[in-house]
Amino acid sequence: MASKRKYKGIDQLSTRDKVVVSLMVIVPTLIVLWLVWLPAIGSVLLSFTNWDGIGPLSGIKSVGLQNYRDIATIYPPFWPAIQHNLIWLAVMFLVATPLGMLFAVLVDRGVAGTRFYQTSIYLPVVLSLALIGFIWQLIYSRDQGLINAITGGTTDWYGDPNVNLWAALVAASWRHAGYIMLLYLAGLKGVDPSLREAAKIDGASESQTFFKVVFPVMRPINIIVLVVTFIESLRAFDLVWVINKGRNGLELISTLVTQNVVGEASRIGFGSALATIMLLISSVLVFIYLRIAMKED
Amino acid sequence: MSLATDPVQERSQALLKPHEGGPQSGRRWLLPVMLTLISLIWLFPLLLALINSFRDYAFTAKNGYVSWGGFTLDNYTNAWQQADFGLHFTNSAIITIPAVILTLFLSCCVAFVVARFSFKFNLALLGFFLAANLLPPQALLIPVYRMFRAIEVPLWISDSGTLLNSFVGLILVNMAFQIGFCAFVLSNYMKALPKELYESAVIDGASVTRQFFQITLPLCRPALAALAVLQTTWIYNEFFWATVLLQQGDKFPVTSSLNNLRGQFFTDNNLVAAGSMIVAIPTLVIFFVLQRHFVAGLTLGATKG
Repeated sequence: MASKRKYKGIDQLSTRDKVVVSLMVIVPTLIVLWLVWLPAIGSVLLSFTNWDGIGPLSGIKSVGLQNYRDIATIYPPFWPAIQHNLIWLAVMFLVATPLGMLFAVLVDRGVAGTRFYQTSIYLPVVLSLALIGFIWQLIYSRDQGLINAITGGTTDWYGDPNVNLWAALVAASWRHAGYIMLLYLAGLKGVDPSLREAAKIDGASESQTFFKVVFPVMRPINIIVLVVTFIESLRAFDLVWVINKGRNGLELISTLVTQNVVGEASRIGFGSALATIMLLISSVLVFIYLRIAMKED
Repeated sequence: MSLATDPVQERSQALLKPHEGGPQSGRRWLLPVMLTLISLIWLFPLLLALINSFRDYAFTAKNGYVSWGGFTLDNYTNAWQQADFGLHFTNSAIITIPAVILTLFLSCCVAFVVARFSFKFNLALLGFFLAANLLPPQALLIPVYRMFRAIEVPLWISDSGTLLNSFVGLILVNMAFQIGFCAFVLSNYMKALPKELYESAVIDGASVTRQFFQITLPLCRPALAALAVLQTTWIYNEFFWATVLLQQGDKFPVTSSLNNLRGQFFTDNNLVAAGSMIVAIPTLVIFFVLQRHFVAGLTLGATKG
């Protein structure tokens, strides 16, 4: 707006230019509107109906909050799924993310061989979570897995509902820590070196310098990392889906939604209510992320 | 934006000094030892898969994994045939290449308009795209699935007759989810370009199209390279949409086809390891050859350069 006044000349467009500019915005907007926002609204609307997915759209009846009531009361996997998502979040937040931060701080000190250390730690980030599920099978498998080979145990790490969530979380943390390390390394790079210098001259110890000077300065990236951790925990899907399609101890909200649509019994209204719950939680996170990401503008 | 520079080297030069002779300088061996240990732990699962992918199943079944020997290349040939990787790599290419190119092109368009023209709503526009990038895909599955099933397309686009079970549909969904992130990164990059460039172009009578193709895009090459690497990795790795929207196994891209290696009752883990390595090769090549771009792309969005 300020620039509009300053560069009066360059924003003057011919008719043809106006068409081009409009198209440049409209085409991508329509794709995103059609495949993201419209479905999001659709999920919310369908969640108040009893559509079974077979009859015509005109046969849809509104059932109010019935689907939500059913989910909370007579749908056994729901509360375990919520619990698993919360555990997932807690582990990512309390273990994997701090681990990634620690790695970043260690790697950032630039000892010889830094390149090797950094590369090794974030190597898993380029692998898909589905693939990670397969790679860890060599460690977790009951009959051939490494853990049981060493300990002589007979635990089915991917199958036993008492442990499989934790097994999946170890594999997920393996990747997440590398991702967080990368984000933090970029953040640490942005910290003005003279700040540390000043802290050192004032006689601060290294941990004091980090917690009292460096960490607060990185506030924007701290929040981004937080939101990324939350969103990734909510979206967790691929890993548990390749393990056992999210059953038997590995229920997550994302897998419940998917089972209700692609499975034999397609319960559209019901699945949509689950989807809406996901949307509600994520919209809070998205809002926070957008505020941080766009603050500078 | 220090896109093309290597964060590590740059930092190690800048920060080596302040750390020298700190309070812990008496224990300076500690840090390398710790880092080496961490690195080895982190590499371990991959190395285990790599080594066992070359080992004979009968041998490891008899001697267990805590043993040495039984090396063979058979797992790779078997995995290649059994999972039909030739077909699935082709599928992955058919999906990934157009999706990355179109995503980058459309993101450039949005970013260009947002950065070049001071429309009042351009922040809202960016928010509209970026938020779309962050929503959980599973929450949108039902309407997308239903729409795709209902939308009929000519047979030359998809042999299923609808967008469901078609490459076009999957490409569109991938685009819709990735445009937000790319547009956000690119618009920040383009905002940093001096306006004077456009001024002289306008005086010379260059149309918007020419400004876009001849000024903006060439200058964005570093950002585009970073995003292209990142998007190729992400879309190649994409699992959820491919699994639910393509129902015929012969249309699956590589990432979704790994399940073919799992027997109904019995799984040969060495075979799975070989299959995993085959699937990982493209991303690992990208990782080692284009690492700089990958890191730049990943951190661009979070730190604004």
